[in-house]
Amino acid sequence: MSTPLVVSEVCKSFTMHLRGGIKLPVVENVAFALRAGECAVLGGPSGAGKSSILKMIYGSYAVDSGQIIVSHGEALVNLANADPRTIIAIRRDTIGYVSQFLRAVPRVSARDVVAEPLIARGEAAETARQKAETLLAQLNLPERLWSLPPATFSGGEQQRVNIARGFITDHPVLLLDEPTASLDKANREIVIDMIARKKEAGVALLGIFHDQDVRDIVADRVIDVTGFAPERKAA
Amino acid sequence: MTDEPLLRVRSISKFYGNRIGCSDISFDLYPGEVLAVVGESGSGKTTLLNCLSTRLLPTSGSVSYRMRDGLFHDLYRMSEAERRFLMRTDWGFVHQNPSDGLRMTVSAGANVGERLMAVGQRHYGDIRATATDWLGRVEISADRIDDQPRAFSGGMRQRLQIARNLVTGPRLVFMDEPTGGLDVSVQARLLDLLRGLVHELGLSAIVVTHDLAVARLLSHRMIVMKDGHVVESGLTDRVLDDPQAPYTQLLVSSILQV
Amino acid sequence: MNAHAEAIAQYNFAYLDEQTKRMIRRAILKAIAIPGYQVPFASREMPMPYGWGTGGVQVTASVIGPQDVLKVIDQGADDTTNAVSIRAFFQKVAQVSVTTHTGEATIIQTRHRIPEEPLKEGQVLVYQVPIPEPLRFLEPRETETRKMHALEEYGLMHVKLYEDIAQHGHIATTFAYPVKVEGRYVMDPSPTPKFDNPKMHMSKALQLFGAGREKRIYAIPPYTHVESLDFDDHPFEVQRFEEPCALCGAHGVYLDEVVLDDRGGRMFVCSDTDHCEERRAEGHRGHLSGEEAAT
Repeated sequence: MSTPLVVSEVCKSFTMHLRGGIKLPVVENVAFALRAGECAVLGGPSGAGKSSILKMIYGSYAVDSGQIIVSHGEALVNLANADPRTIIAIRRDTIGYVSQFLRAVPRVSARDVVAEPLIARGEAAETARQKAETLLAQLNLPERLWSLPPATFSGGEQQRVNIARGFITDHPVLLLDEPTASLDKANREIVIDMIARKKEAGVALLGIFHDQDVRDIVADRVIDVTGFAPERKAA
Repeated sequence: MTDEPLLRVRSISKFYGNRIGCSDISFDLYPGEVLAVVGESGSGKTTLLNCLSTRLLPTSGSVSYRMRDGLFHDLYRMSEAERRFLMRTDWGFVHQNPSDGLRMTVSAGANVGERLMAVGQRHYGDIRATATDWLGRVEISADRIDDQPRAFSGGMRQRLQIARNLVTGPRLVFMDEPTGGLDVSVQARLLDLLRGLVHELGLSAIVVTHDLAVARLLSHRMIVMKDGHVVESGLTDRVLDDPQAPYTQLLVSSILQV
Repeated sequence: MNAHAEAIAQYNFAYLDEQTKRMIRRAILKAIAIPGYQVPFASREMPMPYGWGTGGVQVTASVIGPQDVLKVIDQGADDTTNAVSIRAFFQKVAQVSVTTHTGEATIIQTRHRIPEEPLKEGQVLVYQVPIPEPLRFLEPRETETRKMHALEEYGLMHVKLYEDIAQHGHIATTFAYPVKVEGRYVMDPSPTPKFDNPKMHMSKALQLFGAGREKRIYAIPPYTHVESLDFDDHPFEVQRFEEPCALCGAHGVYLDEVVLDDRGGRMFVCSDTDHCEERRAEGHRGHLSGEEAAT
């Protein structure tokens, strides 16, 4: 089985220049590998750096040191020092991301928000929209909402739009930041099912799930982030 | 995205006497890429934009542009005729104040059609049809085609200016605070429109703005400027979510939350 | 020399001093060498107000010689104030022969018309020009319009024609209709009716344009291509008149409307008075020529 993502010796800290330049270490020596077809879950209490790790892998946070090697097309790329264009290409083709909150763009319909990643990869707009509608229907988002911009949707509705957007492509790596947080039981089940099918398709998933039940069902293994806590090393 | 940049900027500096306009700025812009230049007033971002778009001669450095023949041409070694031709065919420039970029005393249709006529189109019916189509794309109703922009609202004027620039299918568009001075709701509509057009047409753009939300919505990459220098650059969401430079942290933390 | 000549001897021949004439001739030569290009010149104060043809008068004064025969027309007519004054001026300061007959003249100074009778080789047509810059309507900056001429950026000229069609359904510009000279410079033919534009094309005469207030001279040498700007689907057309000249019965000439009474009576007559008179002398008659003779 292939290993599309390998994280090693990754350290991250924040330097707060507005507060006298104090340095807040977040994680140190993060190391794990993600295999195709598995769902690994980052575990640990709030503030342990789970989200920071996801964001470093997605490129939204800078990496102080260490490597994040991702298998991008034919090449192995170190995300920790990749240039912006490479990261954009990796996001388009290799690493998908379902964030906790939807960053709504004014006036773009839910259908188009979901279809966008497919269109960005060169899919015909009509095909992409049909696929978007299938996913939204699957996630029980009422059809009357599809043509509306999601900015005014409820938290759960927005989250479903977000999930559909993340799941519409066949990226080999998918990052999930609490995708089920504001969903009811029925919709949670559906997402759990969708994750299972991604696994069957050989996608490597890395997620954060605060919901114990969901985590127990989807997780093949739990990566304990407290093991990467900087204090341990300092002690 | 292809592997060759569209615009190569190398060590561009502009001095006004002893005062720095912008200093030693280098980057590449690739096809389909939107670069935001952010910073407060006086940070040199407009000076940089003007140096890149040949509106202002830089003190030193070079800007080269990959023409449609695939070859790079140094903008400041081209003849003025070539530069001006480039400006009205392969480039666009969207001014903050639409009256700087529009002819306020000729109709909307003629404003859009001017570039077509400038490149030699001589069929009134075709020019008008293209103008009508572009007005539609920027959400100006076809029955306003013979009205002068003087009779338009600020948002409409700005959309008209965009249509006027995009009608010749440029590959690179410079924008100077394209949403400055507009109401928030009007801004949102314009941003959405710009975002859609940039996507659809595969445009490269350099957008100067002091509004970080505009930068986040439109751009792939950004450059943060202060006192004429680049203090930080990189992927837009990384610069905004994990700013490294003290000044960027200050900027990001100063955004008002709604 | 007789007493009259001595009395005006204080004036140099043709009023302008020789240095000024040389300066203007240099400008004219340059203008001829670059057809349609506006050459700046040091326009002098003339003994008449701006707008009365100070540019045309300076050009005429610089090219006229004692052997020349001068004709002056204002909107086609030899007998209007402006034409009469300028004719008298040159009679006085250059003692040249004057004529009203197009065919006899060697120099014709004109305000807003080209004679109907085709011009010949050796004739010079001098236009009085109020505003020489055709682009000014849309681009008021002189620095910019000069650059546009230099770089042959003439899209703006079509913007004006576009506006015409958008507003009126056709190109409504009927005078000062822009032309492109020898495929290069766009030029304002002065406020002549567009009816006269085709006469400029391949004309056998030398055409000189003088703008006194604006200090510009431009020219169309003989046998030069002069093309009126237009659109493929709205081609250039000259005005057509429904009826012939009421006095001489001429078709295909430019007509002026003359109001006859306060009950709506009107007639259309040749704007070119010389042309009309010659036709009548040849025996041509229009439907009102009898009544006209009575007045």
